[in-house]
Amino acid sequence: MENYIVEMLNITKEFPGIIANDDITLKLKKGEIHALLGENGAGKSTLMSVLFGLYQAEKGIIKMNGKEVKINNPNDANALGIGMVHQHFKLVEVFTVLENIILGVEPNKMGFLQESEAKEKVLYLSEKYGLKVNPDALIEDISVGMQQRVEILKMLYRDNEILIFDEPTAVLTPQEIKELLKIMKDLANEGKSILFITHKLNEIMEVSDRCTVLRKGKYMGTVDVKDTTKEELSRMMVGRDITFTVEKEEAKPKDVVLSIKNMTVASKIHKNNAIRDVSFDVRAGEIVCLAGIDGNGQTEFVHALTGLEKLVSGSIKLCGKDISRSSIRQRSMGGMSHIPEDRHKHGLVLDYTLEENLVLQRYWQKQFQNNGFIKFGEVRKYAEDLIERFDIRSGQGPETITRSMSGGNQQKAIIAREIDKEHELLVAVQPTRGLDVGAIEYIHKQLVDRRDAGKAVLLISLELDEVMNVSDRILVIYEGEIVGELNPKETNVQELGLYMSGAKRNTSKEIKNEG
Amino acid sequence: MKDKKGAPRKTKFDIKKITQLQGYSSFTSALMAIVLGLIFGFMVMLFANPGSALAGFRFVVLGGLGRIGDVFYFATPILMTGLAVGFAFKMGLFNIGASGQYTMGLYFALYVAFMWQLPNGIHWMVAILAGMVGGMIWGFIPGFFKAFLNVNEVITSIMFNYIGMYLVDMWIQSNATIYVSSTTRTRYVPMSAQIPSLGISGSNVNFGIVIGILIAIILYIVLQKTTFGYELKATGFNKHASEYAGMKGKKNIVLAMAISGGLAGLGGAFLILAPSGIVGSSMTYEPINIIAANGFNGIAVSLLGHSHPLGIIFSAVFISHIQRGGTLTSLVGYKPEIIDVVIAVIIYFSAFAMIMKSSAGKFIKSKFGKKENKENKVAKEAE
Repeated sequence: MENYIVEMLNITKEFPGIIANDDITLKLKKGEIHALLGENGAGKSTLMSVLFGLYQAEKGIIKMNGKEVKINNPNDANALGIGMVHQHFKLVEVFTVLENIILGVEPNKMGFLQESEAKEKVLYLSEKYGLKVNPDALIEDISVGMQQRVEILKMLYRDNEILIFDEPTAVLTPQEIKELLKIMKDLANEGKSILFITHKLNEIMEVSDRCTVLRKGKYMGTVDVKDTTKEELSRMMVGRDITFTVEKEEAKPKDVVLSIKNMTVASKIHKNNAIRDVSFDVRAGEIVCLAGIDGNGQTEFVHALTGLEKLVSGSIKLCGKDISRSSIRQRSMGGMSHIPEDRHKHGLVLDYTLEENLVLQRYWQKQFQNNGFIKFGEVRKYAEDLIERFDIRSGQGPETITRSMSGGNQQKAIIAREIDKEHELLVAVQPTRGLDVGAIEYIHKQLVDRRDAGKAVLLISLELDEVMNVSDRILVIYEGEIVGELNPKETNVQELGLYMSGAKRNTSKEIKNEG
Repeated sequence: MKDKKGAPRKTKFDIKKITQLQGYSSFTSALMAIVLGLIFGFMVMLFANPGSALAGFRFVVLGGLGRIGDVFYFATPILMTGLAVGFAFKMGLFNIGASGQYTMGLYFALYVAFMWQLPNGIHWMVAILAGMVGGMIWGFIPGFFKAFLNVNEVITSIMFNYIGMYLVDMWIQSNATIYVSSTTRTRYVPMSAQIPSLGISGSNVNFGIVIGILIAIILYIVLQKTTFGYELKATGFNKHASEYAGMKGKKNIVLAMAISGGLAGLGGAFLILAPSGIVGSSMTYEPINIIAANGFNGIAVSLLGHSHPLGIIFSAVFISHIQRGGTLTSLVGYKPEIIDVVIAVIIYFSAFAMIMKSSAGKFIKSKFGKKENKENKVAKEAE
C-alpha cells in the first residue's frame, strides 16, 4: 500500500438542491504536488473547505497517515499541519512582513515579544526555500508576489506539512508565476505535500505529479500528469473537446479605424513618461495585439486611449475624427468599446443588479430613458435578450446582484455590454484574466467574431498563448515604447519573449519611435 | 404526518420571500438597534431611580402618542436634515455640514420673512425657497471643493458649520429688524411669512411636515427611477466604474452636495417659519454661537433610516416621538436628557449597521429559513 499523508474518501457534501461534492476521493501522497482541476463551481473550493474544517461532509471520511481524523474547524486543520494560501490574501496591510508571519503564534517570554527569535526563524526559512522577503517591510508597500511569499512563509513558520494553494497564480505576473512554480517544486522536494487548486493547464503540466479532476461536483478521476496531455485534462474538466488554437480565417484588413500618432502619457508612479512617442494604426477587420510584460505602460496606454487619463502630447484618431481631447462618453459614442483590465474596479458596479450593469454604457440613450426617467421595462427586455444571446449565467437572472456572480459570467456581462453597443473599435484589456478554459475559448471566439464583422480589435494581453493564437499582428511594448512589430505566423514564443524582455528590438519602417 | 411536513414548507417559503426583500435586513437591523437602545435606556432608568423606572419607561415609549401634533412638528427639521445626509451618502459623500446648511437656510428664510414685503399667500413660500437657496449655497461650496480641488468634504463641511453659524449670528445681531437685543432673540416672524398650521390644537404642527414627506417621496423616485439617481448611486457604489462609463462625476458631486444642502436649508426654514399655537407669537432663534443640534440629529436620523428616503421619514418621526416621550419622564422625576442617552445608544447600534445588517437578518433567516439561506450560498458558489 502506498504512503498517503491525506486521504479524503468518498466525500459527499450536499447543500439543499445541490450536491457540491458527490462521492469524491482524493489521496495526497507525501512530497507530491497534487493538482485539483475543475471549472468554476465544480466543487474544488467546497472540497478544500471540508479538508480545512470550514464545512462538515455528510458522508465520507478523512484519514491522515492512515488514521481517521475529524476536522471541525480551521484550528483543527492547523493542528494537523494543514495550511492554506487563500486566493485573496489574509494579511494585515499595515503590519510588517514579520508581524504578519508570526501573527497568532508570537514567540514570547512572559508576554514580551521575542521578535529577534522569530526573525531568525523567518530568515532561515526564507533562505532555505528561496522565498525572498524583507521581514521589516510593510505589507502595503510590497508587491503581490511578495505578499504571496509571506503567505507561504506563514504556513512554513507554523510547520505545516500539507500546503493548499488556492488558485495562487491568478494574481501574478508571468515571472512571478515562474518563480512560484519553482518554489512549489522546492517545497515538494523538501517533503512538503502540496494541493494545488487551479484551472490553468500549463501550470499543472509543468509542476504537478498527479491531478484530480472534478466536474459539476463529480469525481472524474485522478491521472498521472506525465502520462496525460493538456487536451485530455481539459476534456475531463469540461466534458467536451476544447480547442486551444483559435480557429480563424485570414484577416482582411480594410480602412484604418484607430490611428495613434506620437502618443506620450505621463506616469503616476515615476517622473518619466509611462508611454513615449507611440504611433500605430489598427484597421477594420484585424486583431492587433499589444503584447508585453505587465507594467510596461499598458495600463497608462489604455487609460489615455479610452479617456481615463490625459495625453501629454500626440493625437488619437478614431474613424478619422480626432478624439485626443474628447470625454470618455464622446469616445464611447464615437465607436469605442472598452473591456477594462480590472472588471471589479472599472467594469462593473458590483452592488448593482446584472440588468443595471448591462446598460451602464447606454442608460442615457433614448431607448432606455424618457425625460430622465429610466424605462425599466425596456432595460429588463434588453437584459434578458443579452443574457440569452451571450449565455450569461446567474442565480436570479437580470435581478442578480452582480457581486454574487462568478468571474467568468461577470466578464461575459461586460463583453455582452461592450459588443452589443455600437462600435467600430473594441479595446480588450486582458479579457481572459483569471478565467477557466471554457470561458477563455468563448471570449476568444467573440473577439474573432468582432473582427470578422469588420470591426477593429485592439487586444492588450500578457498571456503569450493568447497573443500568438488570437492576433493578426503583434506589437510589443517595452518600457513605454513599441519595440517590435511581429507577424504571429512568422514568429515564435521565444522570439516574442526576447522582444518583451527588451533584449531585442526591430527597426523596421513601420516603427518610427525607436530611441 | 403529511400535514406537518407540508405546513412548515409553506411558512418557510413566505419567510424566504420576505427575507429576500431589499429593505428587509435594513429594517430588522434598525428595529434591533431601537430595541437595544430602549433596553439600555430602561436599565439606566432602573439604575437611577428603580421606583419610577417602569412609569418613566412607559412615558418614553408611549408618551409621544398623546402629543402626536408635536411629534410631527419636531420631526420636520430632523426629517429634512436626515434626508440631506442620506441623499449625499447615496453618492458616497458624508455631508457632516448639514448644521451649517440648516443654519444658513434658517437665516435666508428669516431675511425674506422680515425684509421683503410680499403678499400674504406667497410670502411664506418665497421664504421657504430662500431657505432652500441658502442651504444650497452652503452645500455647493464644499461640493465644489471636493470635485475640483479634491478636498475632503468632511473637513470642509465641518469648517463650514462654524463659518455659517458665526456668519448667521453676526448678521442677525447686527440687524435690528430681525433681532431684539433685550431678549437676545429674533423677533416673532410676520404672520404672512409663517407656514400655515395644520390646525391640530395645542401644537405647532404645520404644513412643513407635509412638504417634507412629499420631498422624501420625490427623492425616493429620483433615486430609484431616474438616470440622475442611477448615476448618483453608481458613483456612490463605485467611483471608478462610473467614470469608466463616462458619467460626469464632478458635476454630480457638486449637484448632490447642493441638493443635500438645499434639503438641510429647508429644514432650517421649516423650523423658523413655523407658526405657534399662541396667536401672534412664533418660533424664534437665539444667536448664541452654538452649532445647531438638528444638523447632527440629521446624521442620526439618516443612519437609523439607512439613508433610504422613506426609511428616513419613519426614523425622523420615531426619534421625535421618543424625544417627546422623554420630556414627559420629568413628571416622574427623571431628567429629560435620559432620552438623549437612549437615542445615543440607538445611533451607536445603527452605526454598527453593517454587522447588524448581516447578523440580525441571518438570525431570523437561520431560525426560520435555514435551508434557503444555505441554498443561496451554494448557488452563489456554484455559479
